Parts: sequence; structure tokens; C-alpha cells
Amino acid sequence: MELAYTEEQQAFRLQIRNWLKNHVPKKPLKSFDTEAGFAQHRKWEATLNKGRWGMVTWPEELGGRGCDLIEWLIFEEEYYRAGSPARVNQNGIFLLGPTLMEYGTEEQKKRILPKMATGEEVWAQAWSEPNAGSDMAAIRARADRDGDHYVINGQKTWSTRAVYADWSFGMFRTDPNSERHHGLTFILVPLNAEGITVRPIPQLDGLPGFAEIFFDNVRVPVENRLGDEGAGWKVAMATAGFERGLMLRSPARFQETARRLVELYRENQESADRDPMVREAVLRAWMDAEAYTLTTYQTACRLSKGGKIGAESSTNKIFWSELDQKMHATAMSILGARAELLPHAPAAQGVGHWLDGFLFSQSGTIYAGTNEIQRNIIAERMLGMPR
Amino acid sequence: MDFTFTEDQLLFQESVRDFLVNEVTTESIRALWETKTGRSDELWQQLVEMGLVGMTVPEAQGGLGMNAVDFVLLAQECGYVALPENLVETVLVVAPLLAALPESDVRNEWLQKMAAGEARIAVGHSRNPLVSDAHTADAWLLQHNDEVHLVKARKKNMRRNESVDPSRRLHSIEWAPKPATCLAKGPAGKALWMQALNYGALGVAAQSLGLAQRMIDLSVKYTSERQQFGKPIGSFQAVKHHMANVAVQLEYAKAPVYRAAWSLANNHRHAGVHVSHAKIAATEAALLAARNGIQVHGAMGYTWEVDMHIFAKRAWALDGAWGDRAFHKTRVAKFVLKDNALIGASNTFVA
Repeated sequence: MELAYTEEQQAFRLQIRNWLKNHVPKKPLKSFDTEAGFAQHRKWEATLNKGRWGMVTWPEELGGRGCDLIEWLIFEEEYYRAGSPARVNQNGIFLLGPTLMEYGTEEQKKRILPKMATGEEVWAQAWSEPNAGSDMAAIRARADRDGDHYVINGQKTWSTRAVYADWSFGMFRTDPNSERHHGLTFILVPLNAEGITVRPIPQLDGLPGFAEIFFDNVRVPVENRLGDEGAGWKVAMATAGFERGLMLRSPARFQETARRLVELYRENQESADRDPMVREAVLRAWMDAEAYTLTTYQTACRLSKGGKIGAESSTNKIFWSELDQKMHATAMSILGARAELLPHAPAAQGVGHWLDGFLFSQSGTIYAGTNEIQRNIIAERMLGMPR
Repeated sequence: MDFTFTEDQLLFQESVRDFLVNEVTTESIRALWETKTGRSDELWQQLVEMGLVGMTVPEAQGGLGMNAVDFVLLAQECGYVALPENLVETVLVVAPLLAALPESDVRNEWLQKMAAGEARIAVGHSRNPLVSDAHTADAWLLQHNDEVHLVKARKKNMRRNESVDPSRRLHSIEWAPKPATCLAKGPAGKALWMQALNYGALGVAAQSLGLAQRMIDLSVKYTSERQQFGKPIGSFQAVKHHMANVAVQLEYAKAPVYRAAWSLANNHRHAGVHVSHAKIAATEAALLAARNGIQVHGAMGYTWEVDMHIFAKRAWALDGAWGDRAFHKTRVAKFVLKDNALIGASNTFVA
């Protein structure tokens, strides 16, 4: 055990720190759930890519740096520390990208990954359906084979980024007589295809962060299939694994939230201390963010020595999502009567973006498999309790 | 950056676990409750022979010269079986404290005797009102302000204080410090006692991890067997989620404990804060395991007959030892709430 960075790792940290210092926009970008903000974020992805900082874990020939997991964690620490923009193409680079590298054909990788890396093509996920939420195997949207095309009919929902994105990925039932997780196929669908209707759904902040997608005889060439026909479940599980795992919710984000919470508490300490629970919650925020970080490093080191990720991706998801909620709830509590104010309200000075974060934190315990589902997985697969 | 244990460390853990699970059964624990000392000399000799008692004694004094990282997984296993013997304090507190003293005949002799199994030493820290296992010790390491005293154990000077955990043998000690028994004082003595506190708290934290795991295992087994409404109660989500909550809390307490061990072994400048974080996280996991474990055992969980209480009571007892919750939270608060605190992304592994 050696809990210190190597000289190379420290040099890598300084390199990214310097680059970000010179490139992160001074003025915060608009939300990527607005048209103008989406364009700004797309541009930022291109800037990142130009500096070869877009996806550091990708291989060099794809514009990455072939970084290992520890370097990835260092990158993320610096990224959040610098207050860099959110990643508009996260469904692409963190979820679909790694899945493509595992299951895609050479042609698919060459066609899709470079444009994903530059932000030229932004990806939306299309998992859920009105009757397939936590129970994803209940998917009914169909993709019927017609020569060298699939003809897609049905409906997807809660498709994150689908309003402004260019492409979507999801699972469709290719075998009409199949049930549950059999007979499903992973297909990539351009969102400008004929027969597609995207209906934006406003989220708690009023912005259309997700959408419903209606498919009406949408024709998609067979080469848009990822993995074998009928093997969609296996491919999707790899994607869901990445989603719950290290990539999407690296610790840096929560450490920075904890740090800002400590700052907010100290700035408002006199009024905050009127409620003795607040101080306790602030300390706990730091401890839990620290525990999340330590545990992630431990997992990363284990994985890099050949270990496999197991049910801990479920403990992981529960821990960060509930930590995020607790931290934002504490911030709301410190802000007191001003907590309800939108950032542009005249009396909102000093409230920062806590409200946005608080609203977003409500979704963390629901998406990527509700925490109730995760608790079932932990009980059954990790602890071996009866089904 | 390497946050893993070596293969040797993991193998040692495995063999110690096998040994303890075989030797320290709940039946043997219950049998010891009925004896006068509550301790097994035979088991202690076995622990000596395995090299466990002398693990942190320097090699020059016949020990293995290992550190807290080497022992932390073994302390966890001691918790898993609720070992009644005072092994964890011996290895993590007594030996490092003696070893940190300047070379002297007294220091060398006692370390040698400890490693050889010829003598046992109990330790009394001002944060603990009572001394564990004073009754089987040949000598007591006692605190008087900043002074470290090594005092010959005398039965007439100690008095047993019964604990909720019948395996715990706590004693109040009457003694008067004399210059002849003083081994260290002043800033050196103060530093030794602070180090002792950190090592003691690490021992509690590591044992708490093992205790929590054992209570999960017992509860999973019980709820998989116990049937109501025609099925095992462990198949009900309300029961599953009680246990999943413990598993999550335990999973996120481990890395802080291992980091604290590394920081102590490497004299990290923030080792104290790391220990406090570890102790809070691990004892809370154990307390939740006790609470939820008793709950899913139903009325059985409230009895003396079911083994659950052996581990729950140890968890409750250890929670306040080696610095209570308030002490450790205060240390965390001082670190987190000061100006220019080393918090936020990129500061976790700051040297």
C-alpha cells in the first residue's frame, strides 16, 4: 500500500491544471438544456478535444491519452476543481463510447468515435419506455428486419439530452415472440431520421433535460446495430455497468460540493448554527465525500491489478446519490428563507447555484436504476439473500 | 498510488480468519463468560506462536517488526469473531508505545517478554476511564498527565467493572505515580499518549468492520431460514433493505480505516484526522449492523440465546472506547472548518 502519487502522476496533474487554467471559460456557460447553452457546451467539447483532454482514458489513436484509472481520477479532480463546464456528451463518451470499444465493429468505431470525441455528434440515451422503467426487460419498442434495414416502431421516454442531441442509442425488440431480456437488440438511431418525433419533457427546473421519442416506421440500416441481433441485453448491461461505475460519477464532483458547502456554512455560520444539526451535516458531507473518494481509489487500484467490478457498483450508486441529496438539502437549510429563490431573482445574491443542484439531486436516487432496485441487487447478489 | 494490500497480507488475513473462526466460536465465548478470568491462556499461547502477539514488536526484541497496515486486516478478523482476548490493544497500542520509547533495559525486556508470550501488559489511557484486561496483565502502562508509567500489576489495586459485553473485563486501578516507574514525560510523553490514542481508535475501527460483517452474515443466515407467510423473511424487500443499508455503510467505512492505518504507519501529518474519520465511519457501520440485525431477527434478536447480541454488545461497548464520538468529531471539525482547509477535489492524498 502506498497512498501517495508518483512523480509522473503529479506532473500529469500539473499539466491538466495548467491547461484548464488557460481554457476554462471565465463566464459560466448557459445550461445545456437550452438551445444556446447546448451549442456552447458542444463548442467546449471541441476545445477539450483539441487539447486532447476530451476523453483521457481513450486510446491515443482516438484522440485520448490512454490514461489508467488513477490518471482518470486525477483528471476529474482537476476538472471539477477548475469549475469546468458539465459534459454535454456524457451519454456518448462515458457510456456508449466504452461499450462501442468493446462490442463495436472496426467500421463502427471509425465512423462514430471521432465525431463523438469532438462533440460534432452528441448522443442521447433511449432506454426507458412508458412501461419499462425499473423493469427494463419489459421493453416493447420493436425493430423489425426488412432486408438490410430495421424498421422501428414504438416509444422511448426519459431520454436524457434527446431534445438537442444528434443520435440516440437503446434497446429494441427484434424478435416479436421473445420475452423479457431475450430477443432485444442494441441499435443506434439518428434523431433526425424520418418518422421520429421528439417531445421535450420539462424537468423540475422547467428545462427540457429529457424527452419522449416516438418511432413511426423509422428505417435504420443494419450496420447501426451494436453487437449481435438478440444480444442487446448483454451489450446494455456493459453500458449500465459503466454508468453506475467509475466514469459517470467520479468522486471529484462530490468533493467539490462538500468543499463549497463548508464554505457556505462558514460564510453564514452565525445564522446556520442556530440549528445545531447543520454543523453535523456539514462535517458529515466532508467525511462521506472523502469516504467515497478513498473507496473509489481503492476500487480503481484493484481493477488495475486485474480485479473485476461486482455488486459494489450498486453500493456506489446508493452512496453518491444520497450523499448528493444530503449535501444540497443542508445547503438549502443554511440558506433558509432565501433558499427558494431562483438565481436571477433580485434578492438572490449569495445563494449561488444551490437550488439547481438541489433540484438535480432529486433525480440521482431514481435514474440509472432506482435506489430501491440497487438495494435489492445488493441484498440478493452481494449478501445472498433469497429472491 | 497503490491502495491494495499485498498478497502476503491477504494470505495472512485468510489464515488468521480460518484459525479464529475455528477456535473462537460463540460456544467458546459463552463458556469463557462463566470462568473467573474470562480468558484462555491456551488461546493466548497459540496467538503468541502464530506471531500475532509480537507482530509489531521490533525484530531486535523477537517480534516481527510489522506495522498497522500489516495488522489492520487481522484486527478486522478479531472483530469478526468478537475475540475476547486483548490482542488488538496489545499489538496496536502497547507494543508500538513501548517500541517508541528510547532504548533501555526496561523497554527491551518487556518487549521481549511480550513477543515470547512470557508477559502481558494492559494499558490505561486517560480517554478510557477503565483498563481492559488489567487482571491478566503482568504490568500496566498508565498515564499520569503527560507521563508514561510502567507499573507492576497488583490484584489488590484493581477493581472489576462489569460491562454490557460479558467478554469485556474492565478494571479501575488505584495507583500513585512514582519517579521510578516513569518511562517518558513532557512533550515526548504527550506525543506517545496521542499516538496510543490514535492506534487504539484504529483498533476499534478495524474491529468494528469485522463486527458489522459478522452481524450481516448472522442476519442473512437467519432471515434466509426463518419462514413467515410461507417464505423466508429474507425475501421481503423491507428486510432486504435493512441489510443493504448496512452493507452500503460498511463498504464505505473500509477504505477510511485502511487509509488511517497507512497514515499511522507512515507518520502522516494528518493521521489523527484520518483515524477520527475512520473510527466514526466504522463504529457507525457496526452500530447500524447491530440495530438492523436485531430488528430482522425479530423477538429472537432481543434474547440472550441467539448469538447476535455477542457482536452487538461488543459494537456498543467499543463505540465509546479510545476517544468518544464527540472527541473524534471535534478533531474532524478542526480540520475541515479551519482557514485554508485541505478539502475539496485533489486534496485527499495530499502529503
